[in-house]
Amino acid sequence: MKRILVGIKRVVDYNVRIRVKPDGSGVITDGVKMSVNPFDEIALEEALRIKERGLAEEVIVATVGAADCQQQLRTALAMGADRALHVQADGVVEPLVAARALLKLIEREQPLLVILGKQAIDDDNGQTGQVLAALWNRPQATYASKIELNAGTARVTREVDAGLETLEVDLPAVITTDLRLNEPRYVKLPDIMKAKKKPLDTLTLSALGVEQRQQLKLVRFDPPLQRQKGIRVTDAAELLAALKSKGLL
Amino acid sequence: MSSRVLIVAEHEGAKLNPSTAKCVTCAQGIPGAQITIVVCAVDAAAVAAQAAQLSGVARVLCVENPANAHALAAVWAPQVLAIAAPFSHILGPSTTFGKDLMARIAGFLGAPQVSDIMAIESATRFRRPVYAGNALLTVESSGEGQLVGTVRTASFQAAAGGGAAPIEKAAVSVELPTHTRFVSVSAARSDRPDLQTARRVVSGGRALGSAEGFKILYRLADKLGAAVGASRAAVDAGYAPNEMQVGQTGKIIAPELYVAVGISGAIQHLTGIKDARTIVAINKDGEAPIFEVADIGLVGDLFQIIPEIERLL
Ligand SMILES: Cc1cc2nc3c(=O)[nH]c(=O)nc-3n(C[C@H](O)[C@H](O)[C@H](O)COP(=O)(O)OP(=O)(O)OC[C@H]3O[C@@H](n4cnc5c(N)ncnc54)[C@H](O)[C@@H]3O)c2cc1C
Ligand SMILES: Cc1cc2nc3c(=O)[nH]c(=O)nc-3n(C[C@H](O)[C@H](O)[C@H](O)COP(=O)(O)OP(=O)(O)OC[C@H]3O[C@@H](n4cnc5c(N)ncnc54)[C@H](O)[C@@H]3O)c2cc1C
Repeated sequence: MKRILVGIKRVVDYNVRIRVKPDGSGVITDGVKMSVNPFDEIALEEALRIKERGLAEEVIVATVGAADCQQQLRTALAMGADRALHVQADGVVEPLVAARALLKLIEREQPLLVILGKQAIDDDNGQTGQVLAALWNRPQATYASKIELNAGTARVTREVDAGLETLEVDLPAVITTDLRLNEPRYVKLPDIMKAKKKPLDTLTLSALGVEQRQQLKLVRFDPPLQRQKGIRVTDAAELLAALKSKGLL
Repeated sequence: MSSRVLIVAEHEGAKLNPSTAKCVTCAQGIPGAQITIVVCAVDAAAVAAQAAQLSGVARVLCVENPANAHALAAVWAPQVLAIAAPFSHILGPSTTFGKDLMARIAGFLGAPQVSDIMAIESATRFRRPVYAGNALLTVESSGEGQLVGTVRTASFQAAAGGGAAPIEKAAVSVELPTHTRFVSVSAARSDRPDLQTARRVVSGGRALGSAEGFKILYRLADKLGAAVGASRAAVDAGYAPNEMQVGQTGKIIAPELYVAVGISGAIQHLTGIKDARTIVAINKDGEAPIFEVADIGLVGDLFQIIPEIERLL
């Protein structure tokens, strides 16, 4: 069966104003809205479109994390994924651990394609897809803004600093999504009801044989430096005068 | 204690990308750092010569292979790995090149990666932005094993020239994958300064209304000798190409002067300009969040103000 595996990460919603805890141990997440990482929504949307074009038969979503991540898996099922896999893991799941767990799922499910987000908007690590591709020893096409599937290969247009780069990769491969790949669909209420009946299997890291190991200690979180309050000018001439006085013109 | 640091050079075939000189400055923050730059290329001579001049570099290694014509992470990673064993730290720039490549290297090594290093506190302690720059996180590695890092180039000055490091060829014979093939790249060539290194940047948002509307910014930028950037909304709407996007998921820049025109100042955009020395905001809405970070704010209609500035310059 032609399958696509999509990574789903639970993150603080992008609209939330992030505040660092006074003791520096993290950011405030109590009572804060949590969502599917926006790049993962895009990954799922792309997988669903590929399936709708008849190029894949099943879309599986997977997450590695604590029990509350199941909420985001349900959202993904409501969007249209066929089934979900939750790898239960407590504490900080580093990209290497997430990738090792995803690799185990790949070995079981034998997907044609794995689509992840290019970065999670909480840690902004931007590593998991590449780490996974390395562990799997398969191609990676990061920052995708266009994916074209052909027999046994994919043509991926990537958003790189210079512009747009196109790669051809043999399948299976890992692709990570950029913002302009697509616009994710909205979830409709009946789909939320239907999603409750879709299969969601729970596994554990240890059952998969993956060690939960944290290699980087999170020492301290600090708020960013605030910029000094600026001035207001009333017209173009004053603006240029202000720039001249700062030596910028 | 000394640390052996390997920096993977970013280049365009014959020219070293300025991001590499910034990685050198970052690496110099590691106590007792001995810095080697590796240049993967078809013919590394020109780039290696430029890398050897960077002050603080102890050695330049050339890994030459006809397969290196394009910076394919899948092809470069095994070659970097082949020479990586002696090094405690393996660094690259936090550009799309470095982000793509370094994490693949980290994956092969099973090593932790610190992304977007903005400050070095010790050989094992690093600071990096998280949550779109809304928090700064200090992380610490155990010091055992190797560490991979990407360097947030906006946080470091370029290393000076004047060095003369020895250049050596590394004999690397590893099998390279053929599963990943370069097809093409479309880069809009322009005579304007490069967005990532420009001293002045003029950026436009949704308010510009069209690709046509963006032309008034190009004219202003040309008068100022500035690069042109854009918000995501402007890029999504097709007013500007993707390589112009500034922000959390676009380019992180640190110009001396940043002029935000018709940009509201969403947090994802602000992340990209936190290190700009002076931020100017032009927006018709006096309550727009961009004014919270602007050093100089001007409330008004950009379609009147920009031509006026141009006339006065
Ligand atoms: C600063 C910081 C704070 C942290 N705080 C917490 C915390 O409070 N609680 C906690 O539980 N963990 C925490 N972690 C761990 C963190 O949540 C991530 O799981 C881990 O760092 C993976 O990196 P990333 O998601 O940033 O990867 P990225 O490489 O940025 O993610 C890219 C893509 O990989 C996929 N992906 C990544 N992780 C997973 C996953 N777990 N499951 C499925 N797909 C995935 C997604 O498609 C994602 O879009 C923290 C880590 C750091 C560095
Ligand atoms: C995961 C994620 C990642 C993102 N990454 C980025 C990123 O990297 N970079 C980025 O920029 N955004 C990013 N965004 C999008 C961001 O949230 C905003 O939507 C975007 O920055 C808004 O662009 P804008 O300011 O051009 O548009 P708007 O928010 O629509 O602002 C337009 C502004 O123009 C002003 N205006 C209108 N007409 C005039 C006029 N005639 N004269 C003067 N002013 C006028 C308005 O008052 C308004 O403030 C991201 C979002 C998400 C969810």
